[in-house]
Amino acid sequence: MRAALTVALLLSVGCAGPGPKPAAPGEEAVVRLPTTSLGEEERVAHLLNRAAFGPSPQDVERVQAMGVEAWLAEQLAPGVDAEVAHRLSGFKTLKLSVADAFHAYPPVQQRLEAMGVDPTKLEGDAEARAQLKKMIKENKEELPVQLLVEATQAKLHRAVQSKRQLEEVLVDFWFNHFNVSAEKNRTRWMVTAFEREAIRPHVFGRFRELLGATAKHPAMLWYLDNWMSVRDGFEPPKGLPSAEVMPRGLNENYARELLELHTLGVDAGYTQDDVREAARALTGWTLEVKPKSQAFGQFLFRPRVHDAGEKHVFGLTLPAGGGQDDGEALLDYLARHPATARHVAKKLCVRFVSDSPPAALVEKVAAEFLATDGDLRATVLAIFQAPEFWAPGAVGAKTKTPLEFVVSSVRAVGTLDEVQRPLAQPLEALGQPLYRCAPPTGYAEVAGPWVSAGALVTRINFGLKLASGRVPGVLVALPPAQASTEATLDAVALRVLGHAPTPATRASLLRALAARDAEAVDEVRAVTPSLIAGLLLGSPDFQKQ
Amino acid sequence: MTTPDTAPLAPIGGEGPGEGKPHLLSRRSLLGAVTLLLASRALASTPSPRALITLFLRGGVDGLAMVPPLRDPVLPSLRGVLTVRGVPLDSGFSLHPALSPLLPLFKSNRLAVLHAVGQTQPSRSHFDAQDFLESGTPGQKQGDGYLNRALRGLDGARPPFQAVALQSALPTSLSGEAPALAFPALKDFKVAGGSAAHTTFEALYDTALDEALRTSGRDAFESTSFVRDQGLATAQPRNGATYPNSPLGKRLKDLARLLHAEVGLRVGVTEAGGFDTHLAQGGDEGQLANRLKDLGAGLAAFAQDLGPRLDDVTVLTVTEFGRTAKENGTRGTDHGTASAMFVLGGGVRGGRVFADWPGLSPSSLFEGRDLAVTTDVRQVLAEAITRALGPGLWGAAFPGFTPKALGLFG
Repeated sequence: MRAALTVALLLSVGCAGPGPKPAAPGEEAVVRLPTTSLGEEERVAHLLNRAAFGPSPQDVERVQAMGVEAWLAEQLAPGVDAEVAHRLSGFKTLKLSVADAFHAYPPVQQRLEAMGVDPTKLEGDAEARAQLKKMIKENKEELPVQLLVEATQAKLHRAVQSKRQLEEVLVDFWFNHFNVSAEKNRTRWMVTAFEREAIRPHVFGRFRELLGATAKHPAMLWYLDNWMSVRDGFEPPKGLPSAEVMPRGLNENYARELLELHTLGVDAGYTQDDVREAARALTGWTLEVKPKSQAFGQFLFRPRVHDAGEKHVFGLTLPAGGGQDDGEALLDYLARHPATARHVAKKLCVRFVSDSPPAALVEKVAAEFLATDGDLRATVLAIFQAPEFWAPGAVGAKTKTPLEFVVSSVRAVGTLDEVQRPLAQPLEALGQPLYRCAPPTGYAEVAGPWVSAGALVTRINFGLKLASGRVPGVLVALPPAQASTEATLDAVALRVLGHAPTPATRASLLRALAARDAEAVDEVRAVTPSLIAGLLLGSPDFQKQ
Repeated sequence: MTTPDTAPLAPIGGEGPGEGKPHLLSRRSLLGAVTLLLASRALASTPSPRALITLFLRGGVDGLAMVPPLRDPVLPSLRGVLTVRGVPLDSGFSLHPALSPLLPLFKSNRLAVLHAVGQTQPSRSHFDAQDFLESGTPGQKQGDGYLNRALRGLDGARPPFQAVALQSALPTSLSGEAPALAFPALKDFKVAGGSAAHTTFEALYDTALDEALRTSGRDAFESTSFVRDQGLATAQPRNGATYPNSPLGKRLKDLARLLHAEVGLRVGVTEAGGFDTHLAQGGDEGQLANRLKDLGAGLAAFAQDLGPRLDDVTVLTVTEFGRTAKENGTRGTDHGTASAMFVLGGGVRGGRVFADWPGLSPSSLFEGRDLAVTTDVRQVLAEAITRALGPGLWGAAFPGFTPKALGLFG
């Protein structure tokens, strides 16, 4: 099968600094997918397993109606999804600035003080304790944890329901690449804004813009401590509060992860000196840290704590006196480095193709990244246009992460009306609570950490519960029972997997279902579509994508 | 312990049709044989494998309240409403009265206490300090944990229960390549939908193309059927032990059940929360005392339940940091640095307090505010790993660490 489709891709412009000239707006790009031996059903399911959070009946129908190329072109330049926008309009926290989030959802202790309750009197004062209890009850909806609850709900809504599936997959990928965690105290008030401001607008833009947006975002400045990194020898003015908030000395945390995780990659050959020099270049990149300020969380450059000397980072020389531009020049340099291209290309190929992607594919994608000045739309498209993506060996080669498992399960068996705790809980049990990955590495993109005996039991049990309609908020809608158990199995399997099950799975299930049928009393069916769906969701086939 | 009636007395994989190729029947007889092997180990004369149990006290426990240094002349000036009238132990240290159930264990030399223990690159962020500690790499977070790296060095078969976290998700310390189970309670560790569903999934995973899924599936069904067939989730504590009816008590009870069942458990991990006492910490009684009461009663019940089996078990309490030496303005304490630890079990040089006491005078305090670290927590963990898991494993657990022997075990 060979198809070529010409679509107008609105390529983003406005990149700063040197590098190849960006594509002009409205320039025509061609989505030309390679020949593949996959059947049509398998081809659609494969695309939806990677460019989306798994097949849903609605999306299968859409792709079949539009054709794979047109659907992909649409995904690369998505329009508004009014349905999801409407669905999320009832959420209160998704559009709040960091300062507004902090003021509307203040820490419990601060709220007590505002009520005139002295937190020091709680111990011996039954009335003060009663007031605390009452306050928590009355303000249940305005406790800081609510920010995380809504962020998680919104993410699951979008992942399950959005028509802009590729965007959701990429937002997840890039958030994870530039991971921040709500567990790190004040970052809790910042993660929602981080995804909205630093990640989502740039997933089809240029890498340099994405990198810059994350570097300056309060969530990153706080999470990786750059806000407190000051030039060596800087003495804070006298009379400031305790040591905990007193920045002292260079903090290399962000600079290290910037080189290792965000850009060059750990094997690029840079040294500890390069990390230190990069940290020097970024001194003064901080934020308004006073929560009571209306500007809380805003990026600031503080010349007083900036190291004004000359720096040398991995082949880049920054002359003395660069000020804030040191950091900009460093990001320019890193964003366009060939090691960054390879690192980013490899990680994208691991996400979209396989845990150990072919080297030739990674090179091809890295070359596209470099040739387009880090155009992330073109880079992702290069993966889908590669024969390696469509090779039969790539189909089902990835093991689903807990997020992919949970979301694809819901997409397979029904629709999402409301995200309640039982839908988010398995993510915690399986080790992937949303927005709470502590280390800066983000969650693993490869199978290893996600496959274990305990995890399988959790997945199996969730699948059975979901398919039998016992996960509140999910409306299950499966194909009806057919004339024979075999026909029902095939219909449900096509719905859940998007394609036929492996012969071994089909044979095993038929044997098991036949045994159940034998137990059926009178007209009561022991084998129902929901039982079959539950068994399929827990099957090895469904753990793969 | 009795033989599970579901286990066929058959040679491994040797009967039934389909010999020589993977088949459900031979597969199941293999499973049965493994189950039998697991169950019969208690009857055999081979000694039980040693096990390490870590109990993470999350939030940063106040070592100065848990094990008050009674003879330190500065302590009374630092603590007012938080003063604890400790029960004397050894060399001027004492035990919080809420922990008095641990006294008999201390006196019978099965419990040792450590003080001024902590991390060499401390952080006052829970988030960072817990991660640094569990990664086993001071000042750095890794993708895997120190216990997992130690387990990777163990030779021989890896029974599915070799490493278990009695908590809802796998903690950082156990994360990594070596397989480990996590479940909040034994009673939750089962395939829903009854034995028909169990059997169906077992057959499905038996033919899975993906090797990791096939292997994990085998472990999952083998271990869940073992729990079910043995009635492990409801097994009564032994030796008249009574656990506190708290989350911690239940988790310790489940760990003891696994140890008694001889399932090859080498590392067990669990946790307790509520130690982040910024507000109204309390003294002899109050918030912290309640948490410690639970801890003391839980550990004492665990020791009693295990009986002689405790000789092969090492229990450690760990925490991410201690708390400020001086009480704060809200009758609590803030994030500090060094804290105290307990080590319980066989081979411990118990009945003593291991502490190179730095003192509490303003010039001795770390950054003028916290009890200073004089014992690297990695030293304690490394000696416990050597005792419970064997020599030569601590190096992988703590890369770059230069040990300085404490002689915690003798």
